[in-house]
Amino acid sequence: MSEAPKVPAAPPADDESQGVSRRSFLHTAGCAAVAAALTGCGHLSTEEFLQRNFRELDKKELGEIIARLEKEYTAKFHKKVTVAATPPMPGVVFGYALDLSRCIGCRRCVYACVKENNQSRIPQIQWIRVLQMDKEEGVSLLHADPYYDPPLVPQEGHFYMPVQCHQCKNPPCVKVCPVKATWQEPDGITVVDYNWCIGCRYCMAACPYGARRFNWGEPHLPPEEINPVTEYLGNRPRPKGVVEKCTFCIQRTRKGRYPACVEICPTGSRKFGNLLDPGSEIRYVIENKRVFLFKEELNTQPKFFYFYGV
Amino acid sequence: METIRNFRRFCLDSLRLVVVGNRAYYGWVAFLLALMGLGIVAYLGQFQDGLIHTNMRDQVSWGFYIGNFTFLVGLAAAAIMLVIPAYVYEWKPIKEIAILGELLAISALVMCLGFVLVDIGRPDRFWHIMPLVGLLNFPSSLLAWDVIALNSYLLLNYVVATYLLYCAYTDRHYVKGFVYPLVFLSIPMAVSIHTVTAYLYNGLGARPYWNSAILAPRFLASAFCSGPAILLILLQILRKTTRLEIKDEAIFKIAELMAYTMGFNLFLTAAEAFKEFYTNSQDVVFIRYLYLGLRGHYTLVPFAWASVLCGLVAFLLFLVPKTRKNWVTLNIGCVLIYASVYIEKGMGLIIPGLTPDTLGEIYTYRPSLTEVGVASGIFALGFLVFTLMLKVAVPVMLGDFTMAGRPARSAAAA
Ligand code: SF4
Ligand code: SF4
Repeated sequence: MSEAPKVPAAPPADDESQGVSRRSFLHTAGCAAVAAALTGCGHLSTEEFLQRNFRELDKKELGEIIARLEKEYTAKFHKKVTVAATPPMPGVVFGYALDLSRCIGCRRCVYACVKENNQSRIPQIQWIRVLQMDKEEGVSLLHADPYYDPPLVPQEGHFYMPVQCHQCKNPPCVKVCPVKATWQEPDGITVVDYNWCIGCRYCMAACPYGARRFNWGEPHLPPEEINPVTEYLGNRPRPKGVVEKCTFCIQRTRKGRYPACVEICPTGSRKFGNLLDPGSEIRYVIENKRVFLFKEELNTQPKFFYFYGV
Repeated sequence: METIRNFRRFCLDSLRLVVVGNRAYYGWVAFLLALMGLGIVAYLGQFQDGLIHTNMRDQVSWGFYIGNFTFLVGLAAAAIMLVIPAYVYEWKPIKEIAILGELLAISALVMCLGFVLVDIGRPDRFWHIMPLVGLLNFPSSLLAWDVIALNSYLLLNYVVATYLLYCAYTDRHYVKGFVYPLVFLSIPMAVSIHTVTAYLYNGLGARPYWNSAILAPRFLASAFCSGPAILLILLQILRKTTRLEIKDEAIFKIAELMAYTMGFNLFLTAAEAFKEFYTNSQDVVFIRYLYLGLRGHYTLVPFAWASVLCGLVAFLLFLVPKTRKNWVTLNIGCVLIYASVYIEKGMGLIIPGLTPDTLGEIYTYRPSLTEVGVASGIFALGFLVFTLMLKVAVPVMLGDFTMAGRPARSAAAA
């Protein structure tokens, strides 16, 4: 509390006194000057430069940041873009199951995901990767082809295995991030603060499922293709130089809807629900089908289950 | 007060010292500055458009930058190779040159930090990873550990080296009670920076090639080959170009120590290869990609074998007393072992760790022109820092540069 007068811009410090002292340090250390210099390049505002980690923000700060982002996105995409920070629902941990015996490898989920989650079109970023595998070899990465491109799927002798973030219960990506820019939410979804990530890509090295994508260049998203309903920790437009990943469509699922990939799948291979609800479909699948976890030996404890429905 | 004034004088005189030199000196500095300019130009493009100017992609998300970083951490750690015998065993001939090891460590660390900085996607958010100011994920993230270890080691070496030089400058004997604890601390610190850097890769279950218990020992063994190799060459250059007396005895002693570390390094490499190839589990693909090629991809194979071959020949040259004490073969050995470790602990470590990627894809990575340009800029920066520091340190060590001997005009001015 005592530090507040030194920093007129800072809101009253109610809980995170640590964050405020860091912030005042920044001011006194003259980092604002650096910010001003960087702002000169026209890319970065002082507020953005000094913005703290999502989990250290109080309501008021978050509100200001969201207002700033909405303004920025709305100007950039010429239509009203909303950014929400929907909290997790109590008593919910999301789980996902994918039926390998049904998936035909049509990649509709891949494109529905790109559309829903505002991935960059150039350079192309996709969160779901579908692997074509040999039936004779089983699930073997030595015989996996992500670039299959036949006129018709499914191909004789092959099966298809879509891979996306497994929302590990024991996520190595979170463990290694040097700045706590990525973490697991109470509903089990691992998210990234795109305004805090420094782009070191340690999490990409740590993820066993190749689930994380990096914005190697400035992401391009045509204004007519943007999904304007966005979530702060989800599908809002990302800047260059940061990491992103599947969030189980946090902007939908926290409001009780299905992820886009579940909705689009023409074969019904994708099941989604609340793992804590004994009556949910996901629980039925886990309890009654032949289920396996990908790279189970790594003890990442995925909340993404593969199963054979037929 | 007195000390502060003297220290100011020391700094000013040092500055004066580095701006004058002979033509060779100016030429060398100009060359380094030009290289740095090239690096800056290359980096500006990357700063503007992002890391898309590199050839790293999601499949191989670390490359040349991080490879060089890893190699240079080894170089910085190897400085203790000289410090140990100098202070622990009070071995005179090495003691005089131990300070060079410290200066080398400082330069290597400057390059390390440079490589980290150019590798991150958001350099403007660098403060997020700074202790106290940012939000360090300590103790969970090994990268947070590394930030702390590297910076402390840099600070430590900087303090010790500056203090020793300053004492010599003011013609005083250094205070043992101050220097010795710091020097002894620097020994475990040197081991720790390299160990922590090894653990950074080591702790990833997703990357079986790095997930081997002997990774950290291998890091140390190889660092204690390459670091001294550079010093040996440097010592010879110094005693040719300056009056600095470095006894043959000192050089041969270092070379002998190197023979042991080189042998050990080869042994560890063989142990790793045996385990992977003989077990022949699915995880063999990474080392296969490195040494034999995988599914028609042979990019690393020639480099991998060149590294092994260079390491073997250098080991033999250093093992046999006759070739160890022959200047020509000694220097050939130095260059060979340096090259061997540069491949092994640079690209030979990073690329097979990430290839094939976690979903089995092979992406052939080769550094882009931008990456090579930026890297040469950082190397030039490191060499420049080292050159400037030597420019001061050598006269101090020779006793030419002392407060008593200041030029009359500056004395009058002071
Ligand atoms: S799948 Fe990868 S990105 Fe997703 S939670 Fe696990 S480690 Fe993290
Ligand atoms: S890239 Fe971003 S999210 Fe990933 S480890 Fe680095 S800072 Fe954390």
